[in-house]
Amino acid sequence: MITTIDAAPQGQSMHFSALGEQLRTLAGQSVKIEHCLGQRYIAAGIKDIRVEIEGIPGNALGAYLGAGSSITVRGNAQDATGDTMSGGTITIHGSTGDAAGYGMRGGVILVEGNAGYRAGIHMKEYGETCPKLVIGGRAGDFLGEYQAGGIIVVLGLGNQAGAAPLGRFCGTGQHGGRMFIRGEVLPPELPAQVAVRKADAADRTLLQPLLAQFSAAFGADLAALESSPYFLLTPNSSNPYTDLYAIY
Amino acid sequence: MDLYVHPEFEIVRSEKKCIACRACERQCANCAHGYDAASGSMESYDEKCVNCHRCVTLCPTKALKIVQTQHTFRPNANWSNDTIRELYLQANTGGVLLSSMGNPRPLPNYFDRILLNASQVTNPSIDPLREPMETRTYLGKKAIPLVRDANGRLTENLPPQITLTMPLMFSAMSYGSISYNAHASLARAATALGICYNTGEGGLHRDFYKYGPNTIVQVASGRFGIHGDYLMAGAAVEIKMGQGAKPGIGGHLPGKKNIGEVARTRMTPDGSDAISPAPHHDIYSIEDLRQLVYSLKEATGNTKPIIVKIAAVHNVAAIASGVARSGADIIAIDGFRGGTGAAPTRIRDNVGIPIELALASVDARLREEGIRDDISLVVGGSIRSSTDWIKAIALGADACYIATGALLALGCHLCRSCHIGLCNWGIATQRPDLVKRLNPEVGTEHLVNLVKAWQHELKEVMGGMGINSVEALRGNRLMLRGVGMTQEELDVLGIKHAGV
Repeated sequence: MITTIDAAPQGQSMHFSALGEQLRTLAGQSVKIEHCLGQRYIAAGIKDIRVEIEGIPGNALGAYLGAGSSITVRGNAQDATGDTMSGGTITIHGSTGDAAGYGMRGGVILVEGNAGYRAGIHMKEYGETCPKLVIGGRAGDFLGEYQAGGIIVVLGLGNQAGAAPLGRFCGTGQHGGRMFIRGEVLPPELPAQVAVRKADAADRTLLQPLLAQFSAAFGADLAALESSPYFLLTPNSSNPYTDLYAIY
Repeated sequence: MDLYVHPEFEIVRSEKKCIACRACERQCANCAHGYDAASGSMESYDEKCVNCHRCVTLCPTKALKIVQTQHTFRPNANWSNDTIRELYLQANTGGVLLSSMGNPRPLPNYFDRILLNASQVTNPSIDPLREPMETRTYLGKKAIPLVRDANGRLTENLPPQITLTMPLMFSAMSYGSISYNAHASLARAATALGICYNTGEGGLHRDFYKYGPNTIVQVASGRFGIHGDYLMAGAAVEIKMGQGAKPGIGGHLPGKKNIGEVARTRMTPDGSDAISPAPHHDIYSIEDLRQLVYSLKEATGNTKPIIVKIAAVHNVAAIASGVARSGADIIAIDGFRGGTGAAPTRIRDNVGIPIELALASVDARLREEGIRDDISLVVGGSIRSSTDWIKAIALGADACYIATGALLALGCHLCRSCHIGLCNWGIATQRPDLVKRLNPEVGTEHLVNLVKAWQHELKEVMGGMGINSVEALRGNRLMLRGVGMTQEELDVLGIKHAGV
């Protein structure tokens, strides 16, 4: 059974706290939110809930999202999507704003379109828990800043030919994790902490399931994605600041 | 060739008393003692000594003492020995000077220049041994509209509160900066005392979830060890925006400390640096802070008070006013003497302001703006004794945080070498053989003793003032007088000079 919530009854936007209160009672169930009008914190911290959203969710969609949850957005999302989420899946049939996947430590975010600034920063992994962020279009500046784990993929679909599918300062302070960037063009300057090479067949075993997931979600041409070249960005060292200090 | 830096301390060994049992050698993780098999006697390596007193304490014949070296540069009031030594070290290494614990410089301490009042004749004092004295404290928003239901009864709409048996808590120290046994001691003591300890930003070890009702869980920019269960585990959630020892500077746990259980608790790869930069890269305004506050309220179903911790800096009153408007329930302010597991020396010693002044100006500003009851005020940054604590409450604090004092109760000798990771007392280290030197049962007992003693002193002082509830001490500046202060200092503190 799917519970339907009208987030704008009689054309009046429901307050986020009322929406949140309802959602928390629906853990373990499927929910459809209609007429979403920018309510923030949707499904924050909830485990095992399936939410489909029509309209535009507000900031911090699926923050601290727990395992077993899924959120599908039929539209764009705003800032801080999946902030510190620890499990589950967020699928956005559109673009997302800044700081998507900040501090994410598990689960998957699939973005059909573009992501704003600071996507995937501070991502962490431990053991089997490995967060994944796939951006179909372009990513803004500071992609993967301070990345400590997890996988970020930027596909650059629909990106201008000859232009890098991401902005400046990618991977500043990166000390873990990997970023796959599709295509032949990277930004002219990457920080010293980032090592770049072409992804080889072994690297692609990590990438392939994410391409398949992206293609299944959005109907992208999987064969074309699989046959494309990718850069792999990894940290130069997992201890980038060891020599910074004088100990006494 | 490196510039020569003479050792700061000398190990003095009484040859008459020393029995060459080698206990000092076994106890010193810094390897400042050795044994010469040929002569059958002990040797000392002064350059390795950090003056932590482990060997002195455990020497069975009390043959050891550590003295500050008398070797000196030509005396110079401007260029002190420390200044020259530090400069040489930087010339040798090119590194940022790193040190730990709180600011050791002889800057003015306003607590020491404030005196307390007592009743005489007209307003009788109260004997706490005979009369009930209330120290129970609730932290959280108090200003709420009164709402009546259809029957005219008041509805219970008080936002979530932290309940403490007294207005004192152990402040944030992460698992990683301090050891498992240190955390175990703090957690158990907080539970026994009915107060709270704070996880710091390193996550909550799975063994300590059972102390949740007496735990404050922290969320910092690096988001270490944070997941839904963690947020729900504690009595409150604290957002760390700043730290008194290093305002404007983030945390950095070196990879060599971020290993095993520490890495597992932080949920980061084993051996990688755990970096939490000073800014939260999603917070650039009070509105952004509000978003993090409310995302945590939503993720915890509005069941936990949200604390925002900031460092005491120049514009702290205006910042605190913004924090109060961000929806936070509690603001924690950390003064410039607050401790740290590691901070750049220059930052620790030169950035920030004293907590006494910050507290007084924040309290005054919030009252002026009519929002004081929207938020509770917790302060830390070198609360060294019950009277520092009492003076802070009378200056407007709802509660105090202590950390350096708590570590001293665990056996810390304030050698300020936490950042080296070889704490001989088992506190600021992750080396298993050192960690087990701190017995959590003994540690718990010492912490409980300390806090109970302070609580009793609080009651004695309150009784002397003729006050029987800590509520009546809070913000009660009439109980304070300054000595040897300028009018401007008195004005900031909101107190009168002694004799007036």
